Amino acid sequence: MKTVGRGNPLLIRKLGYSALTTSILLLSGCEGGVLDPKGQVGIDEKYLIVVATVLMLLVVIPVIGMTLYFAWRYREGREHEIYDPKWAHSTKIEVVVWLIPIVIIAILGTLTWYSTQELDPYKPLDHEHEPITIQVVSLNWKWLFIYPEQGIATVNEVVFPKDVPVEFKITSDTTMNSFFIPQLGSQIYSMAGMTTRLNLIANEAGEFDGISANYSGAGFTGMKFKAIARDSEQDFEKWVSAVKHSPATLNDDSYAQLAKHSENNPVSYYGSVDSQMFQHVVMQFMGNMKQQDMHGEHQEHSAQMHMQAED
Amino acid sequence: MSLLGNLTLDAVPYHEPIIMVTLAVIGVIGLAIVGLITKYQKWGVLWHNWLTSVDHKRLGIMYIILALVMLIRGFSDAIMMRTQLAMATNGAAGYLPPEHYDQIFTAHGIIMIIFMAMPFMIGLMNIVLPLQIGARDVAFPFMNNLSFWLAAAGAVLINISLGLGEFAKTGWLAYPPLSEMSFSPGVGVDYYIWALQISGIGTLLTGVNFLATVFKMRAPGMKLMQMPIFTWACTWANILIVASFPILTAVLGLLTLDRYLDFHFFTNDGGGNAMMYINLFWAWGHPEVYILVLPAFGIFSEVISTFTGKRLFGYTSMVWASGAISILGFVVWLHHFFTMGSSADVNAFFGVMTMIIAIPTGVKLFNWLFTMYRGRLRITVPVLWTLGFMVTFSIGGMTGVLLAVPGADYVLHNSLFLVAHFHNTIIGGAVFGYMAGFAFWFPKATGFHLNERLGKYSFWCWQIGFYVAFMPLYVLGFLGMTRRLNHTNNPDWNIWLYIAALGAVIIFVGIVLQFVQLYVSIRDRKQNPDVDGDPWNGHTLEWSTASPPQFYNFAVLPKVHDIDAFTDMKEKGIEYQAPDEYMPIHMPRNTAAGMQIAGAAGIVGFALIWHIWWLAIVGSLGMVVALIARCYAKDVDYYVEPQEVAEIERAHLASVATVKEEAL
Repeated sequence: MKTVGRGNPLLIRKLGYSALTTSILLLSGCEGGVLDPKGQVGIDEKYLIVVATVLMLLVVIPVIGMTLYFAWRYREGREHEIYDPKWAHSTKIEVVVWLIPIVIIAILGTLTWYSTQELDPYKPLDHEHEPITIQVVSLNWKWLFIYPEQGIATVNEVVFPKDVPVEFKITSDTTMNSFFIPQLGSQIYSMAGMTTRLNLIANEAGEFDGISANYSGAGFTGMKFKAIARDSEQDFEKWVSAVKHSPATLNDDSYAQLAKHSENNPVSYYGSVDSQMFQHVVMQFMGNMKQQDMHGEHQEHSAQMHMQAED
Repeated sequence: MSLLGNLTLDAVPYHEPIIMVTLAVIGVIGLAIVGLITKYQKWGVLWHNWLTSVDHKRLGIMYIILALVMLIRGFSDAIMMRTQLAMATNGAAGYLPPEHYDQIFTAHGIIMIIFMAMPFMIGLMNIVLPLQIGARDVAFPFMNNLSFWLAAAGAVLINISLGLGEFAKTGWLAYPPLSEMSFSPGVGVDYYIWALQISGIGTLLTGVNFLATVFKMRAPGMKLMQMPIFTWACTWANILIVASFPILTAVLGLLTLDRYLDFHFFTNDGGGNAMMYINLFWAWGHPEVYILVLPAFGIFSEVISTFTGKRLFGYTSMVWASGAISILGFVVWLHHFFTMGSSADVNAFFGVMTMIIAIPTGVKLFNWLFTMYRGRLRITVPVLWTLGFMVTFSIGGMTGVLLAVPGADYVLHNSLFLVAHFHNTIIGGAVFGYMAGFAFWFPKATGFHLNERLGKYSFWCWQIGFYVAFMPLYVLGFLGMTRRLNHTNNPDWNIWLYIAALGAVIIFVGIVLQFVQLYVSIRDRKQNPDVDGDPWNGHTLEWSTASPPQFYNFAVLPKVHDIDAFTDMKEKGIEYQAPDEYMPIHMPRNTAAGMQIAGAAGIVGFALIWHIWWLAIVGSLGMVVALIARCYAKDVDYYVEPQEVAEIERAHLASVATVKEEAL
């Protein structure tokens, strides 16, 4: 497996490998889903889950054990045990019971701080390969994928080569959804009038389930897509040229047609796309603000003041 | 414009057999109750002793009845959802189409949080808190009655939505833009808004009322740091209520303006921003879960220290741990939407703040452990709920901290792992606590005992059912199943969905057993009286009163010298002592004003839901008139004469003495 760095040497990944052996039992048998990741982001997140869980079990298991043991040992009728009805304070014990959770949370908090920086969905993956950009629009109730560099668009199917970082730029034409490919890692909301970002990579070729992870109305359940990681860039290019042969064009008219409410949409392809399509979708709700001075990158209102990404 | 606004006969869902059968059953039960009350001529009793009562103990019982009724409704929703998901596998459609199913999960959330858990908590607080601090009632007895009726009015509205129109199809969070007119043009979201708004104002008034009560009406000598631990837990919860419920009122108000007057606070267009709603909603919503769970923590503390026959270990730590949880509860709301795209620093800050809450919570668990240490634990029903809680909540807390790690949340957010987590904490924390409190204080509130054996059966069904129902959801979350799906098509998920449905059935048996327990206990009440009012050898002042307590609670206000005030009295041998003379007791009179005002508020809500503008105006005027009439009412209080008090107390002390003699 090719190593994909995400910046700093990963504390969590190292810890993760050691923790993995202890939790192999827990994880075996999970196929598909977030504990069977096929991309580096998802792999890092899986180890983070494992490490955090093991750390917490260090406290949780003794607490559960002590609960049952104390309840058993000091139950009524065991007259040989010490009974001390007025004993209600011990500085030593108080210090210890505050310290134990403080220590665990200090470790976990540190882990959280660094892992959150490393796993920031907006942060471009540190990879030798240039990322490809895919624009994502959630519609009622389907996903539209626009490839600005290739000039094509697809519905309910997104294809990219493995081992190449993918930068998703995500917005919504309607209600809020969450763009999520469980086996590749992080999800991010899609919101109308705004662009959110998500950086993912597939370490293996394969076909992965993609979903909306935020309820968006009647057709929500059917709002599924396939994320397909191709074996190589050549494979991907082959797919792109096949899509380019598709006669359909995504322009204002066909977009309006597509944007109508529909459920359980089949996969479909657009051989060509208006170059400003995604910007139009984002800006359609801006009303008068369109005339304000916003160019290029700044047209995209990121979800929050996202200094890091905008720099 | 019709006289009935948008309301037409088409609003009745004739075509939905499930709903029509439910309505028929409700109708039959309702008629049966009306018939029984008429047959036994109990209308007067119901009206004078209950509906218009300003007695905190009776209001508490009415709150709990409301909670139990709504538990049936909310649980019916739950079992319908689990059945649907167990049936609708491998691409099958199941029996609940999205337009019905989506209402059910929305109603389930709102009912369980706002109309089951809140009334249950407030009911227990009503019954116990004034007694624990040695007060004769709450600070504002009439307002207490009004709070109850506002909660009831909200509950009535949400139940009307079953038979007239629809309920929201948005999820219980009602996130815009989905909850805006453009995507939810029906009356569902309006039912949501007005049911929540009206009951929310009732809750806010309760918070104010009980804060005033603990700050102004404690028994002579009781310092703040001598208040019983349940009272302290409720006090922190009330501080949270007072600080957070206005946010809910405001955010619902903004959504109302969007929906009714075409404002653009949260819309997609016109400069609206849905993120503002989500932030404001959770700025209320997160404190809300601590409002639910802190009083439960207080109940566990009382139960453990009572049934081990020991003082609570680390009282001061417990009080400040609750305080820390309350304050931190206000700076963690963003963890509900790490996936919105905030910067890493923002997400990390809210993640770490969330984890810090685990510290005081962990301290509490250790303190309960060390309260058991060197005690003599009697394994009663309240203790079973408490032990079940300590085990279950540890797991729920752990998964909560895991979700607080943004990197983990990015893949677990909105999944069934999340659903399992919050049921783990709300059932395993809050509801188990209320069940413990229910069994613990039942003899105090009613004067007779609950059937112990049925209580234990019920506990075990709940406990086992909980694990069977919710552990599979953790697995499903890891397997990538998101929440609010109407049907699935993934063979790996099926087995877990079937197990979860089985778990719901086991919990159902537990609930049925609880109602059987209630029936059997009421039937056999004469055989199981609580004569001396102190069935568990309790520590605090509520156990010094009769069961049920006299309407004035305390003939003489007790003097408090210790946290365990009643234990202190028993050790000094001064419990059950009649004073040389009694003084007149100042009491509030019952009033129908609470029902009038809340009834009018309910009418306003209903009118606004259906755009019946004239009725909304009439209802609003009704509220104002009823309120003004109440303000000018002269005959609002009376004095209980010392002679009457002396007679009641003499009879009570005599029966206590008989019991004590028999015990010797």
